[in-house]
Amino acid sequence: MIVLSRPVRIALRVLTAVVLAFLYVPLAVVAILSFSSSRSFAWPPPGFTTSWWSKAFAAPGPREALITSVKVALLATLIALVLGSLAAYAVNRFAFFGRDSVSLLIVLPIALPGIVTGVALNSAFRELGFDFGYLTIVVAHATFCIVVVFNNVVARLRRLAPNVDEASADLGADLFQTFRYVTFPLVRSSLIAGGLLAFALSFDEIVVTTFTAGPGVETLPQWIFNNMFRPNQLPTVNVVAVVVILLSIIPVAIAQRLSSDPTVGAP
Amino acid sequence: MTSVPPTVATAPPHPRNGVGRRLSRLFSRHPRAQLGTMIGAPLAWLLVIYLGSLFALLLTSLYTTDPFTGDLVTTSTSSDNFRELIENPTFRTVVYRTVGIATAVTLIDLALALPIAFFMAKVATPRWRRVLAVSLVLPLWASYLVKAYSWRVILDPAGGVMKQSLGFSPGFGVTGATIVLAYLWLPYMALPIYAGLEKIPNSLLDASGDLGGRAGRTFWSVVLPLLKPAILAGAIFTFSLSLGDYITVQIVGGKAQVIGNVIYRDFGAGLIPAAAAFAFVPIAIMVGFLLMVRRSGALENL
Repeated sequence: MIVLSRPVRIALRVLTAVVLAFLYVPLAVVAILSFSSSRSFAWPPPGFTTSWWSKAFAAPGPREALITSVKVALLATLIALVLGSLAAYAVNRFAFFGRDSVSLLIVLPIALPGIVTGVALNSAFRELGFDFGYLTIVVAHATFCIVVVFNNVVARLRRLAPNVDEASADLGADLFQTFRYVTFPLVRSSLIAGGLLAFALSFDEIVVTTFTAGPGVETLPQWIFNNMFRPNQLPTVNVVAVVVILLSIIPVAIAQRLSSDPTVGAP
Repeated sequence: MTSVPPTVATAPPHPRNGVGRRLSRLFSRHPRAQLGTMIGAPLAWLLVIYLGSLFALLLTSLYTTDPFTGDLVTTSTSSDNFRELIENPTFRTVVYRTVGIATAVTLIDLALALPIAFFMAKVATPRWRRVLAVSLVLPLWASYLVKAYSWRVILDPAGGVMKQSLGFSPGFGVTGATIVLAYLWLPYMALPIYAGLEKIPNSLLDASGDLGGRAGRTFWSVVLPLLKPAILAGAIFTFSLSLGDYITVQIVGGKAQVIGNVIYRDFGAGLIPAAAAFAFVPIAIMVGFLLMVRRSGALENL
């Protein structure tokens, strides 16, 4: 903590409160609307009911979309974990020609706007004659998820003693033993943090998904988007929105438990 | 000095010549082999799938569409799509508007992120710092679409939350889209700045104060220069995310045309080569931006 004059301190406190209110008011609005007795956006709600909640849970559309999203996110996260940590290890351990370019290449899929990645992958899949479906979404998502795993693992590796794996080898461990007993335990929490973020990124993605999904495959964000403009679906969309917000608390809670740094896992 | 009794080392089990052992030996003798094994798969994925896709995009942008059937003509290539981009003033207006929105979003986020990040890193007690950090991260995990959608409810000019409680609303349009994009990407700016501020030792701020620098002066001359990489890292996110967005604009942007929804519209209308050519505009802008900030160390702060 540093010493600041009273007016500066008060101004900072007020600004912080205003910014936080700015962040949370929209979330609260959806939560309130999900209980509104009106079918429209009417504000303030004319009355309250829980009937949309029971109807939303009975609806098959959102549930199927949720399952699709979870499947896609799990597969994409798995690929990103393997590729991201391999790249992190190589970039951290070795100084080689083109290392900076490799780092840039890993960052590029999220540094370029999603629509570029989407249109580019769509062109490639079409040129190669791939069938658009689950797999194309997984490949697309994995590509931009690699960077978050990479960033988390590389940050951890930089803080480790450089030669623990050599020490392990000197003590007689073979490659797999070194990985199992030395490297993996040391990077485990960064893998979980990176994996959670990759999962969340994929779970939430809609732009790249729109360009790489095949007919008949609908992720949860796509379901929300496709139903957002249908007046008779609005109450269900509100409920799904609140459920998605509530679900997002889980990864934050896990990341919290894992680390004393609350921003862990965040970009 | 006591003599150390000779200990019988528990001898490791006789090293077997398993795959792990052989690989271990190979890698220690030939570090390049290890490097190749480790970097091979991720590099191949990114080169083939990502750069390969960008190449496919370039190829597609050189195709034309048959004006009568609307089919893709892949037998010949031409630079017509790019010429059209340069010569058609509508595209230019769209690019200026989009870059304007992205710049405004980045500046708004910077203005909002600086005080809260500073308060967190340098003023708040550790307990509050934790609470605030979680509060900043939490909305980041909540669905992007849900947040944009809730702003539709707030901004609705006919009886939305703002209209009812504040008496006015910017409604759906460029202003609305800018506000919502700034809202969406705020944590992407705030978190790197917070991390950057944490790295600045308090003693530097105290030293500036001891030398007579007031809060404002200390901020401009000490904090801001040290924060530059963190700010640029945040700006890469806010700028890039705003540059390519079409969903938010579709939800709260009214009739406003930006790069993202022009690409989306052309793509949906089957004008795939034109869409692909237009996608090179944000690519050029972002690559230029990345090259410009590469030296500042911003990329390590992502």
